[in-house]
Amino acid sequence: MKKGRYGIYGGQYISETLMNELIHLEEQYEYYKKDPAFNEELHRLLVEYAGRPSLLYYAEKMTKDLGGAKIYLKREDLNHTGAHKINNVLGQALLAKKMGKTRLIAETGAGQHGVATATAAALFGMECEIFMGKEDTDRQALNVYRMELLGAKVHAVTSGTMTLKDAVNEAMREWSTRVSDTHYVLGSVMGPHPFPMIVRDFQSVISQEARAQILEKEGKLPKAVVACVGGGSNAIGMFYNFIPDEGVQLIGCEAAGKGVDTDKHAATIARGSVGIFHGMKSYFCQDEQGQIAPVYSISAGLDYPGIGPEHAYLHDSGRATYVPVTDDEAVEAFEYLARTEGIICAIESAHAVAHVKKIAGSMSKDDSIIVCLSGRGDKDVAAIARYKGVDLHE
Amino acid sequence: MSKITDAFKDTKAFIPFITAGDPCLSKTVEYVVQMAKAGADIIEIGIPFSDPTAEGVVIQDANIRALANGFTMEGLFDAVKQIRTQTDIPLIFMTYINPVFHYGYEAFFAKCQELSVNGFISPDVPFEEKEEVEEVAKKYGVDVISMISPTSEERIARIAKEATGFIYVVSSMGVTGVRSEIHTDLAKIIEKIRSVTDVPCAIGFGISTPEQAEKMAALADGAIVGSAIVKIVAEYKEEAAQPLYDYVASMKQAVLAAR
Repeated sequence: MKKGRYGIYGGQYISETLMNELIHLEEQYEYYKKDPAFNEELHRLLVEYAGRPSLLYYAEKMTKDLGGAKIYLKREDLNHTGAHKINNVLGQALLAKKMGKTRLIAETGAGQHGVATATAAALFGMECEIFMGKEDTDRQALNVYRMELLGAKVHAVTSGTMTLKDAVNEAMREWSTRVSDTHYVLGSVMGPHPFPMIVRDFQSVISQEARAQILEKEGKLPKAVVACVGGGSNAIGMFYNFIPDEGVQLIGCEAAGKGVDTDKHAATIARGSVGIFHGMKSYFCQDEQGQIAPVYSISAGLDYPGIGPEHAYLHDSGRATYVPVTDDEAVEAFEYLARTEGIICAIESAHAVAHVKKIAGSMSKDDSIIVCLSGRGDKDVAAIARYKGVDLHE
Repeated sequence: MSKITDAFKDTKAFIPFITAGDPCLSKTVEYVVQMAKAGADIIEIGIPFSDPTAEGVVIQDANIRALANGFTMEGLFDAVKQIRTQTDIPLIFMTYINPVFHYGYEAFFAKCQELSVNGFISPDVPFEEKEEVEEVAKKYGVDVISMISPTSEERIARIAKEATGFIYVVSSMGVTGVRSEIHTDLAKIIEKIRSVTDVPCAIGFGISTPEQAEKMAALADGAIVGSAIVKIVAEYKEEAAQPLYDYVASMKQAVLAAR
């Protein structure tokens, strides 16, 4: 495969102004990736600061209730800052520091990546500016305040659909204005090469741990691993070390919003087509003129019209399967997990839980499923209450 | 010689950019013809895109207006057909790659040839990715215009050596838009380009006044103006023909003064 490509997908479709910076980033990454001191420092941060390894928890009540495969939850929600995002952010922030950068910028949807980036910036004493769609700053107001507490400046983006896609646009514009001292901490396995590779490598710790943990607990590999997919960073992290294990099904859950037959969804694989946007060739939700379509999901983190190029490749090759999950199904799973296991997960992760509820019962009790609980749900409580018509007085 | 390169012969070129479909495609036809009459040497026609990541607010807003007005590729091609009955000025399509990829490279560049559109610029197709576009464009006689920016450094020679039509030198960091000052050491960049190619260079990004245009044209072979033109269209809407004519005429005079 060509460098930076996953089959036909990936590439570097980006302005000339950013090209040298991307080339430099790739060189530096390739160097530090092999540097024992860098790896030791990152490992120490992941263990002592982020709280890794994350637990692989046997969800016994859920397993009994569904009556099929044993269900294990990979508890990324227990990481510092409450989601898998910190894995990638600590890696990129440390790399940026080594590269001599003093300022971090990032896009964020649900706010989890923004919070993680603001956290790393505080820890490393770097400046930090976060771009977040205006609609998301409204529905995730708690995370905006968290970022500000951590010393970051949050820009509410009012262009386009005022969601994650527009936050990425604005972060790219900002980066092209000021690259010399600034690193753009891209939050998902998307954008131009080398980002999909770097983010995947830093997130692959999820499946590296999970694979060893399940072998220890079950003595064999799981039947399936399941994760939600927006850009696809927790999913690629959950899949990556299982890709060579052909017996393990890899299942990504896309946001189907109000349904894939409506115009209110973000189901890129189910309803999108091949295109070139945000630096990469991949699948995108777009109209018949090649204009990027407005997408919708109850989950700000999955409300994105594209998917990372490695997922596009895994889909085409048939190695991974991508399924749509609606808002209603996700909310129902959110409540189910809270009641059954006492875990309030992120509404993003609830999309994966919803799909596990559909498939676990038909699988053998000797088999197991790992679901990536990519984040915790504190940030979503108010929005779910609104969705259910509950009037909260904070 | 390509028709675009030819436009720089014995003159300093003034190259205006206009967003197609703002306020509507029939006005785009009128405005392109007016700018040609006023002395423009080449005209860049911007194909609107939903997410123009290299544009400042002025051109972003024009893109949104054009799309909200129901812009389509077929409509654009009809408009260019009408333009071609009135002027043979070299034309360049400038756009993000997705609408073109979606239309199909073969079909798109065949259409360019049919309409005598002479060049193509895409801000999200750098040197590393140009092959997939250039192979098809070449077949239909369309020049793919390369961009060189303040951060290009050792890439300059590589890009310039393979450049066709003209080289678009980006004056400043960041996105398109009017700037009061341009700080990049453009003379050094142009010198590097000229050491490897005879393909002419025009400078764009941030230019709006005749003084700036003259200064840029003195350094290079021409000046490109986008946001300032789009701003005039935004202000005068359906009545922009005369203001555009006056502006382009004054800018052409300014670049000629640099000779």
